[in-house]
Amino acid sequence: MTDTRDEIDAEEGAGVVKKFMFVNRKAPYGTIYALESLEVVLISAAFDQDVSLAFLDDGVYQLVKGQDTKAIEVKNFSPTYRALEGYDVEKLYVERESLAARGLTEDDLLVPVQVVSAAEMAELMEAQDVVIGF
Amino acid sequence: MKFGLLINEGPYNHQAADTAYKFARAALAKGHEIRRVFFYNDGVNNATRLTEPPQDDRHIVNRWSKLAEEGGIDLVVCVAAGLRRGLVEDNLAPGFRISGLGQLVEAGIEADRLVVFGD
Repeated sequence: MTDTRDEIDAEEGAGVVKKFMFVNRKAPYGTIYALESLEVVLISAAFDQDVSLAFLDDGVYQLVKGQDTKAIEVKNFSPTYRALEGYDVEKLYVERESLAARGLTEDDLLVPVQVVSAAEMAELMEAQDVVIGF
Repeated sequence: MKFGLLINEGPYNHQAADTAYKFARAALAKGHEIRRVFFYNDGVNNATRLTEPPQDDRHIVNRWSKLAEEGGIDLVVCVAAGLRRGLVEDNLAPGFRISGLGQLVEAGIEADRLVVFGD
């Protein structure tokens, strides 16, 4: 019985949990990358995958508190980062060097994150099955 | 090896679509399997049949259609990204199909490697 079940799972890919990391490198507005990255993140969470997010370079601006987009007539989607917890997406890694280069600290961010060094970020990426960068 | 490909940039504007195509051809020539090619972001513009480049240039859209026809490759365009950019069934080139982002996640799960072609 168990064997049959395993075979079905393997065949359909059901029950497979891979480590997905979404790497965000771009500012939240100016291009659509950050928003469309977030859309994939939400879908992958629905597939019960082991999802984590990495923020580096200008991507750290995606998590900055107090975003106001009224003047550019673009939707402020930053509240969605707060909702990620409800999708069991709780691993948010922010690169320390990228924060420092922009004069930001963890207190400037709108969600709890783990601040890691560039070297630690490399190790985290190494441990993934799928890395998708935007 | 089973590959999944993700293409995030539009044709002609960016090298990503060309490199992805070359990669797909090279992988197939080596006997690998291309499990799926997923088009996202401006990458959805690879799938419009309205594309008409100058005659002395490569035809990126037709190249994909031919790859799908010859190799039975599954070319999937993200429905939400497509709608944003005016890419719908009416102007979809042969060999492509429109579906959801779940198809990208599924490709990531099923393929041995998901290779991203973007900026």
